[in-house]
Amino acid sequence: MNKLELQKTANEVRKGIVTAVHGAKAGHPGGSLSAADIFTYLYFEEMNIDPKNPKMENRDRFVLSKGHTAPGLYSVLANRGYFPVEDLPTLRHLGSYLQGHPCMQETPGVDMSSGSLGQGISAAVGMALAGKMDDKDYRVYTLLGDGEIQEGQVWEASMFAGHRKLDNLVVIVDNNGLQIDGKIDDVCSPYPIDKKFEAFNFHVINIDGNDFDQLEAAFKEARNTKGMPTAIICKTLKGKGVSFMEGNVGWHGKAPNDEEYAVAMADLEKVGEALCQK
Amino acid sequence: MSEVKKIATRESYGNALVECGADFPNLVVLDADLAGATKTGVFKKAYPDRHIDCGIAECNMTGIAAGLSTCGKIPFISSFAMFAAGRNFEQVRNSIGYPHLNVKIGGTHAGITVGEDGATHQCNEDVALMRTIPGMTVIVPADDVEARAAVRAAIEKEGPVYLRFGRAAVPVINDRPDYKFEIGKGVLLKEGSDVTIVASGITVASALEAAEMLAADGISAEVINIHTIKPLDKELIIASAKKTGKVVTAEEHSVIGGLGSAVCDCLSESQPTRVMKIGMQDVFGESGTAAALVEKYGLDGKGIYAKVKEFVS
Repeated sequence: MNKLELQKTANEVRKGIVTAVHGAKAGHPGGSLSAADIFTYLYFEEMNIDPKNPKMENRDRFVLSKGHTAPGLYSVLANRGYFPVEDLPTLRHLGSYLQGHPCMQETPGVDMSSGSLGQGISAAVGMALAGKMDDKDYRVYTLLGDGEIQEGQVWEASMFAGHRKLDNLVVIVDNNGLQIDGKIDDVCSPYPIDKKFEAFNFHVINIDGNDFDQLEAAFKEARNTKGMPTAIICKTLKGKGVSFMEGNVGWHGKAPNDEEYAVAMADLEKVGEALCQK
Repeated sequence: MSEVKKIATRESYGNALVECGADFPNLVVLDADLAGATKTGVFKKAYPDRHIDCGIAECNMTGIAAGLSTCGKIPFISSFAMFAAGRNFEQVRNSIGYPHLNVKIGGTHAGITVGEDGATHQCNEDVALMRTIPGMTVIVPADDVEARAAVRAAIEKEGPVYLRFGRAAVPVINDRPDYKFEIGKGVLLKEGSDVTIVASGITVASALEAAEMLAADGISAEVINIHTIKPLDKELIIASAKKTGKVVTAEEHSVIGGLGSAVCDCLSESQPTRVMKIGMQDVFGESGTAAALVEKYGLDGKGIYAKVKEFVS
């Protein structure tokens, strides 16, 4: 996919996020929207996957360690063809296969159940370790929140990944700067994030996580990095693409009402139209 | 009983893993810097490529095991019960239990027989914690024979299994040709008519001793070994309670949430029976030798004998 196609796809993913959260009347749009470009790049460009065969043995794996942004994962999976986009509004409904946080037994394409912060990265490390033990060439990606890295288990996992030189592992941090209680550097600053991962023997790349050129360059660099895991620290904008959600911590975990939903979709339609003019 | 061979079930655990290593090429063992103590060091020696020392980071070890299992491995995570089940509870619940992954948890040094290390390391709550997790199998082997059989059975069973092992050497009581281990099937060790003693782990040998002493006093005690706390062999317990009308449970664990509670849950629903629970009575342990602690907290033959006698008279 070229950059324009990726941008158009990410815009569709964002529409799916807003639609899912609106349908659920609950959920986490802010961090799903900030990471929508990351999700899109991974599932439409980077990862070796087959939506028709979600459990393909040698597939690349993805663990959404920041599991509360399930709407982002579900939207990209639906748009990639794992299940119908029309099912997204069933998010969080009783009986839906789209649980509030990812459930690997329910949802096609979900490689690991997650949502309790700090745990997903460990599972991703285990998958990467299994790949090394079995001499397989699949790669493992995991997405963490910048608030999530306040959890100590993240650093237990990082120490192990660095120690074991798991160069088939890419840790992505969605650095949108906001967590429930406010700015991450007001609550309990994890900065400098890059230096921390460097200290744990990662190759670290800092990028704008809402820029596909930079995402492409970073994931290529990660692929060419041998002998150590890579951490990609992505500066992003929380709520990206929806005017009233952008940079607003209030939209971390809140659903838009019908009026807000209409405004959000109009914002995204506008972006989509502009992209079609290119 | 003095001539009986004694082996700590943590030793059995390590040996069983080695025994199973060849039969199950996907079996891998994870430790958190305690391979020497959990006795998985013997597996490390036999299969160095399949042993993963995670360092002192049990929660990460648990997640790594979850990830490994999604890729087809059969991981055993080993640590003291305090950390494997205690510190780790939420990791086990969410990363292993919720996705029902094929991870086995070996909690060694369980209960007060940890001894001299004292209360911080004496986990009397692990069975209670683990049995609340949906889909979790909980096994407390009584001796070497049972522990080794349990490890193999756990490997053969798909899904999460918690296995509880002890530090101190315990008598081998199941070394007989007709011994058969089946997950969820209790073992009727001695028939009796006046009272039922339901035991697990180290208290099984104690219960057998107590039954002998009770017999000398003319009290006929039935002894049941419940090695699988979950799923519980309800049929066996209900049938025995119907017969004797009085049930005593004995466990090296808190009386809150463990074997005693499981038996009470079962009987109160199906066969209301008076039950006395022997175990740690909502207290922490303390430093001392395993033998001294077992005696102090009434988990030896004499202790169980005295309490059962009082209960039935």
